[in-house]
Amino acid sequence: MRIELEGVTHAFADAPVLAGIDFADDVSTLAVIGPSGGGKSTLLRIVGGLIAPTAGTVRVDGAEVPRDGEALARYRASLGFVFQDGGLFHHLTARENIALPLRAVHGLAEDRARRRADELLERFGLAAEADKRPSELSGGQRQRVAIARAVAPRPRMLLLDEPTSALDPEYTTEVLNLLRDLKDGGTRFVAVTHEMGFARHACSKVAFLCNGRLAEYGESAEVFSHPRTPELKRFLGKLLEWRV
Amino acid sequence: MRNPFVAGRDGRATPAQALASYALVCAAVIGFFWLSLAMAGIALNLDFVAQFRTRIADGLLLTLEISVASLVLSCVIGLPVAVGQGSRILPVRYLCDLYVKLIRGTPLLAQIYLFFYIVGTAWGVENRFAAGVIILSVFSGAYIAEIVRGSLSSLDSGQLEAARAVGFTRAQTLRYVVVPQLVSRTLPALTGQFASIVKDSSLLSVIAVIELTQTMQEISASTFNLFGTYLVLAALYLVLTLPIMFVSRWFERRGSYAH
Repeated sequence: MRIELEGVTHAFADAPVLAGIDFADDVSTLAVIGPSGGGKSTLLRIVGGLIAPTAGTVRVDGAEVPRDGEALARYRASLGFVFQDGGLFHHLTARENIALPLRAVHGLAEDRARRRADELLERFGLAAEADKRPSELSGGQRQRVAIARAVAPRPRMLLLDEPTSALDPEYTTEVLNLLRDLKDGGTRFVAVTHEMGFARHACSKVAFLCNGRLAEYGESAEVFSHPRTPELKRFLGKLLEWRV
Repeated sequence: MRNPFVAGRDGRATPAQALASYALVCAAVIGFFWLSLAMAGIALNLDFVAQFRTRIADGLLLTLEISVASLVLSCVIGLPVAVGQGSRILPVRYLCDLYVKLIRGTPLLAQIYLFFYIVGTAWGVENRFAAGVIILSVFSGAYIAEIVRGSLSSLDSGQLEAARAVGFTRAQTLRYVVVPQLVSRTLPALTGQFASIVKDSSLLSVIAVIELTQTMQEISASTFNLFGTYLVLAALYLVLTLPIMFVSRWFERRGSYAH
């Protein structure tokens, strides 16, 4: 999927978050890494049409991201989002969380939506959890349901915002394994992540965002083995400090 | 065996324990009143119940009608006021705010007199049933506005973002996310408010609406059986409010899924 950013700038109440991002490439699996507050999540939301940038243009597959109305809702529906806390609807069961958007947004009939939901829950090892509400699931299960909801309508790309940051290490592995399997099955995604192992081994490209700028971008093997900017060197060095 | 009067470590009671303890508490309360009656030298006589049963039933029915009508009308008032309190149009926001403060800050009794004899007379609201429903609804609407405002502000912005992310339009977000979450959060308190309306409707007796309280006062005046009538009066209100409180608890348990 081709993503093109031109001078994308964003500020929250006069606090600049993104300072003119330029980018153009065909993305299959992309990790966005960088220090907290560097604008990673904001950039992901801009690409996904959840936030309109203060300035600049975003084009996906050659078409500019719509700014309003039905077209914007359709654009968002063509992508699959997973948030840090999952973003599952509190009042719906795992199955309904997946099936409701299929019916309401993608126009599937009730039984087909239900079958698709059950099929994904089964595949992600969540068959026993279908009738539970998010509060009754573990953090890892919640994230897997959220991923199931995101992939259910077969979106052109997943957008993952720190999908494992709120999880215990054991659940992190369970979610990352699932994402690797999806990648092997041909699913494309952009993931904002703090999991460097995942960024390095499961993502073909890496973008390093620092102080609102795209400081480095390239093949992940290359970026991790030969960081060019001092910022990235320092960032990776800090991460290595406590490694076992 | 477990002590029949102490709940388990998880705070739960077995059905047998609950039954035994409830029976004990009820016996103690009834015993206290029995003793008080004996000590005050009052002989309880409930013969009037059979004699006036049609009038009592009529009064009970009117209380129920007033309460249901007021519940509906007070929701009609309370919902827009709750939304209005967050309005960006300042006169609207402050009007809603002033309404809630005035109503919650003054006694219902004063509101009944002021409305009925001043506003009611000026605007020609002479039907006592209609006046009663309007007064009670205006009163209860302020409380409902507060209940709804509370659940509106507890709506999680993450839920709204997730709704946008799955591609819901504004209308769909309202229908599939906002309304169901608001309803399940509001329903327990709203049902509790209904119990309050039932009780508060008793004050409408002061403008001679022949609801349950007024009926019992009339019976008491003709039989001179003050204690008997008020005891039955209280019991009849409990017959109405206890099931409502039970339903409220049930909504509360059923809706406790999040946070």
